[in-house]
Amino acid sequence: MRLLDLFRSQPKKSAADTAKERLQIVLAHERAGNSSPDYLPMMQREILAVISKYVDIDEKKVRVQLDRQKDMSLLEVDIELPGPSGESIRARLAG
Amino acid sequence: MAKIIVMTSGKGGVGKTTSSAAFSTGLALRGFRTCVVDFDVGLRNLDLIMGCERRVVFDFINVINGEAKLNQALIKDKRLENLFILPTSQTRDKDALTKEGVERVMEELKADFDYILCDSPAGIERGALMALYFADHAIVVTNPEVSSVRDSDRILGVLQAKSRRAELGLDPVQEHLLLTRYDAERVERGDMLNVKDVQEILSIPLLGVIPESPAVLKASNVGQPVTLDDKSNAGQAYRDAVGRFLGEDIEHKFLKPEKKGLLDRILRRSA
Repeated sequence: MRLLDLFRSQPKKSAADTAKERLQIVLAHERAGNSSPDYLPMMQREILAVISKYVDIDEKKVRVQLDRQKDMSLLEVDIELPGPSGESIRARLAG
Repeated sequence: MAKIIVMTSGKGGVGKTTSSAAFSTGLALRGFRTCVVDFDVGLRNLDLIMGCERRVVFDFINVINGEAKLNQALIKDKRLENLFILPTSQTRDKDALTKEGVERVMEELKADFDYILCDSPAGIERGALMALYFADHAIVVTNPEVSSVRDSDRILGVLQAKSRRAELGLDPVQEHLLLTRYDAERVERGDMLNVKDVQEILSIPLLGVIPESPAVLKASNVGQPVTLDDKSNAGQAYRDAVGRFLGEDIEHKFLKPEKKGLLDRILRRSA
């Protein structure tokens, strides 16, 4: 069978297919980058300032992300709180 | 109510000016009073493609600066009586386009025309931003090629964030995809992105596919928009795109390679 395979035309990926794949990857990345608004870093700092007034948090363990779909936006704030057992608490705000 | 259309792309050299000339001619052929405005300050070319380069006296920037009246700068097309060209300045720079100035000219044009077509410069700087700012419709000119598709995606982002409609929270600018320099044979061989893929990636409605055609260069050589070339595929494709823009249901042509005659095939195979 192996020998026969040699004579079969391999289903080769065309240059156009490669172009499409590369575009889909790079655009997915760029769209995600462009969609985060300018105020996000500042808002993240302020939210952190408020929380750290009450709880001791590690700044590296915070993630703020804004997801925009057609009819709704989801603001996700993910903060890992250092509890005695090291559990993490997730806060979610949608608007 | 007058409508403002921007012909934009992000990337240069994809056919914005050719398409602006062809599309505005197509609208005028349908009987609409149409004005095509060159926003590429410093690199004037629309006049050449429209064949009126020797009739430019005053320009868009003169009107913005109050050095000339709008009707002194507007050039009436030689062929179609309801088509006008507003050429840009050859000497100044993009900063000459102020938002207030452009708005004033747009308002004045809206009072007199059915369609105002803004021919955008390449890039995403001032000239391009001013060309798209007041738009109701955006025709995004794209070649089936990776850098052009990426730049089109970028300019769509700009339209959705920085146009007047976006800033004021009005209905968004209506987006249309115009795929130019499409070579159906190379697509069939798998050497070129096909129309479905480009549309899927950009996900905006398809206005038209303009086939790669020698008629386009011939048309610009003589300063006659390709829409007026009855015999060419490209001219037909632009006329169809105008029809679709006006809401007509027209099938897309030239998406498959032309059927070759037996003689062509034999000659090709032996070549």
